[in-house]
Amino acid sequence: MAKVKGAVVVDIEKCKGCNLCVVECPTDTLALSPNVNGKGYNYAYMESPDACIGCSNCGLVCPDSVITVYKVKLQQA
Amino acid sequence: MEVKDIIKEENLAYKKTKVLTDNEMHYCPGCTHGVVHKVIAEVIEEKDIQENTIGISPVGCSVLAYNYLHIDWQEAAHGRAPALATATSRLMPDKYVFTYQGDGDLASIGAAEIIHACNRGENIVVIFINNGIYGMTGGQMAPTTLEGMPTSTSPYGRDIKLSGHPLKMTELVANLPGTTFVARHSAETAGAVRKLKKAIRKAFDNIDEKKGTSFIEVVSTCSSGWKLTPEASNTWMKENMFPFYPLGIIKDE
Repeated sequence: MAKVKGAVVVDIEKCKGCNLCVVECPTDTLALSPNVNGKGYNYAYMESPDACIGCSNCGLVCPDSVITVYKVKLQQA
Repeated sequence: MEVKDIIKEENLAYKKTKVLTDNEMHYCPGCTHGVVHKVIAEVIEEKDIQENTIGISPVGCSVLAYNYLHIDWQEAAHGRAPALATATSRLMPDKYVFTYQGDGDLASIGAAEIIHACNRGENIVVIFINNGIYGMTGGQMAPTTLEGMPTSTSPYGRDIKLSGHPLKMTELVANLPGTTFVARHSAETAGAVRKLKKAIRKAFDNIDEKKGTSFIEVVSTCSSGWKLTPEASNTWMKENMFPFYPLGIIKDE
């Protein structure tokens, strides 16, 4: 079981769907949504939230700075 | 643990810096400008110099950079950003002055200004965005366009006999005695962004020490000009731009 767990919040209306965060995500958490935002872009979202490790790589490569990353350390069972 | 339990203020790992404004960027999806703006903003926040930084924006896509970074800006005539930065840093030596220029601005019409500013060793930072094309005006051939690279004014690829060789500005200014830190970086992966941030931090630290000009080239993409998706642009950049424009620190004195 993973020791850290993360979550990504995307500002959907500002996202331009460039896909760079999806490429950079090491755990395939992110994907482009089949839905579109107000500008008509397929925005990024957490397709498999359980996989996120909160590494912030998506936030670093996002050209429009729409990504906020949260991260918690899990108690070992 | 549910996602809503993780999304709490105390668990914050990464968020947009306050030096960036909330305006939506006009850049195309996947444009490297956004990443470089963000890295500069993060360095300014880290050094806590938001009140003392003056940016000089060029002519090109980043002409509207003043909309996105919450610092003082000046807008230079095409290519003349280093001249304006010279005046600004000499009149206000305690300010952090940087120019932000594209390859059409810096390597073509502004080639004289940048070479003389670097040769004089002005106490400024130069951020040079090199995507091998004139992005804003419609993807024309730039001095930095690679051999054989198709653009709207060289549809069959750049012909060296007709248009000359691509210009390596970074190697050129590294030869000048006025420069103290000359490096070439990229911003296509998280690792590359971290390295770029370190370099820009060092460049701004050099202003504190009054060491001379720091010059950082960022090899970038122009997905609209190259007519590729942002992802394919990054791959194309790695395969074609990096062999000709090798990354790394060229001069550090």
